[in-house]
Amino acid sequence: MKILVCISKAPDTTSKIAFTEGNSRFDENGVQYIVNPYDEWYALVRALEIKEASSADITIVTVGNASDEAIMRKALAIGADEAVRIDAEPTDAYFVAKAIADFAQEKNFDLILTGKETINYNGSQIGGMVAEALDLPYISIASKLDVAGSSLTLEREIAGGVEVVQVNLPVVVSCAKGMAEQRIPNMRGIMAARTKPLQVIPPKNSDQLTSYVAFANPAAKSGVKLIDPSNMDELVSLLHNEAKVI
Amino acid sequence: MKNIVFIPANSPLTKASFEVVSYARNLGGTVTVLAAGKLPSQDLSVLGTYGADEVIVNRSLVANDDQQITMWLANYCKEANNIVFSHDFNGKAIAPRLSVKLKAGFISGAIALPENDGSIKVNVYSGKAFGFMKCNTTQKIISLLPNSVAPEMSGNACGVTEVEETFGEIKVKVLSVKKPEGSIPLPEAERVVSAGRGLKGPENWGMIEDLANALGAATACSRPVADIGWRPHHEHVGQTGVAIRPNLYIAVGISGAIQHLAGVNGSKVIVVINPDAEAPFFKAADYGVIGDAFEVVPKLIDAVKNFRAN
Ligand SMILES: Cc1cc2nc3c(=O)[nH]c(=O)nc-3n(C[C@H](O)[C@H](O)[C@H](O)COP(=O)(O)OP(=O)(O)OC[C@H]3O[C@@H](n4cnc5c(N)ncnc54)[C@H](O)[C@@H]3O)c2cc1C
Ligand SMILES: Nc1ncnc2c1ncn2[C@@H]1O[C@H](COP(=O)(O)O)[C@@H](O)[C@H]1O
Repeated sequence: MKILVCISKAPDTTSKIAFTEGNSRFDENGVQYIVNPYDEWYALVRALEIKEASSADITIVTVGNASDEAIMRKALAIGADEAVRIDAEPTDAYFVAKAIADFAQEKNFDLILTGKETINYNGSQIGGMVAEALDLPYISIASKLDVAGSSLTLEREIAGGVEVVQVNLPVVVSCAKGMAEQRIPNMRGIMAARTKPLQVIPPKNSDQLTSYVAFANPAAKSGVKLIDPSNMDELVSLLHNEAKVI
Repeated sequence: MKNIVFIPANSPLTKASFEVVSYARNLGGTVTVLAAGKLPSQDLSVLGTYGADEVIVNRSLVANDDQQITMWLANYCKEANNIVFSHDFNGKAIAPRLSVKLKAGFISGAIALPENDGSIKVNVYSGKAFGFMKCNTTQKIISLLPNSVAPEMSGNACGVTEVEETFGEIKVKVLSVKKPEGSIPLPEAERVVSAGRGLKGPENWGMIEDLANALGAATACSRPVADIGWRPHHEHVGQTGVAIRPNLYIAVGISGAIQHLAGVNGSKVIVVINPDAEAPFFKAADYGVIGDAFEVVPKLIDAVKNFRAN
């Protein structure tokens, strides 16, 4: 089985979120990047478990610039076999998805895994776009994935419940919590990652359908109003009369 | 201006459906709702009161298959200026496909109507900031984050046309559906009562459920609580769990780590109950009670019940 895992970077969760150049660009000053948690904890680790249970080749792909190779090496250290970087700034979901689909088209992957969403843009777009570009079925927000030959059984979130579905390979799946448990790379993995192949290729298209014109930080809260723990009637009355939420 | 709204129609309409129709109405121009499913036409005609001019319901697409629905929508959307979805599990599966099929820009997770320059506000960095996104294409696809824009009533019931069109084979087979009984789905809940490690153990959740019941709220929890199995995984809110934006979020025994806040700071009003005055959550709160949950929550339940009784 040939598995492709789409890996993106995200600012470390404690990073200060600020903007520069007249609020038009994310301020990367002092920001540490990590592998987007959904891509690492769920998509990549589930791919490794499939490989351990039967056998599989795991390729990771990232659309990004040279500085992204650090997070790609981490994914290799956790256990991916090879890495491909599509050399471009990932500025638009359609552009990123087309770049991944153009690459995947030639390689005949059986299974393409993405994270549920990136924690920086929270778009939840890439998986569905890759699936459409390759004319493949797409299971979004899957929390369980089992393989039996060329058929997959998955669980996915639907409104207020969980749907169990079956689909044949090839397929695109976006992965969410429940799919696998986080793994910490060990020393052997880190050493091995240094010599694993990391190929750099150019994107085939340059179409961009959207752009960000500006960013803003939310207004600070005006300050908390403290209520005496013995006076919950006052809290209820504030929630009713002042906040108007009950 | 021609606006199209997609609505899944296998189960009764939810607030999210009214939100998207009313949003499309406020974009200006006509609003056609495309629905897929078996919901009776009479129920669908109600969408007129939120601004729909007409509803076209496809009675053949009952499987909720995103590939089939995308093909159907693509045929109808050729002339549309805006195509609006709810940013729920349906929108997340269909809208990106349609974006590729029509080569139309997709603004995912909109939280407001377009600004004067045509850009649309979205959450970025898990709710820690906003972005303003623009489409470079004449057709726009927009998915609207639930609970962002209140639905408005603006008309009368509208006509519903039933069609039957099928599109290719269904590749994804639904084997079964598991639904938790009676609970309010978290992303749609207008009020949420949430608790964390401060509650000490799963046996103490009775009072959290009682408070939620008294308020008509859904229950949620912090990540460690779901990880150690005190509560089910689907209740985990935050950066790596469900992101919610209810009108009221009550956090009991949760410290307010940045990753937790990322999933809840879109809430309109936040109440924090915690004995530690230094807990970071108080900085993000509107109302705070510095106290022990085991003393405060039972008092709060009584106060809510009293209020409801009067
Ligand atoms: C990459 C990453 C992603 C993460 N994603 C998430 C996420 O999505 N969601 C999430 O929640 N966390 C997430 N976390 C974990 C997060 O950092 C915190 O560890 C977690 O939110 C803490 O949970 P807590 O507040 O329940 O527990 P604690 O931090 O242990 O806080 C317990 C609180 O209870 C209070 N308390 C004690 N006794 C009482 C009492 N009697 N009555 C009332 N209060 C009491 C204490 O004062 C304390 O403030 C993530 C972490 C990482 C690194
Ligand atoms: N630049 C990128 N390179 C490779 N994969 C990406 C990139 N951006 C996003 N992805 C994948 O697409 C998923 C969903 O991202 P998004 O649609 O941006 O929320 C992520 O979890 C990744 O698996």
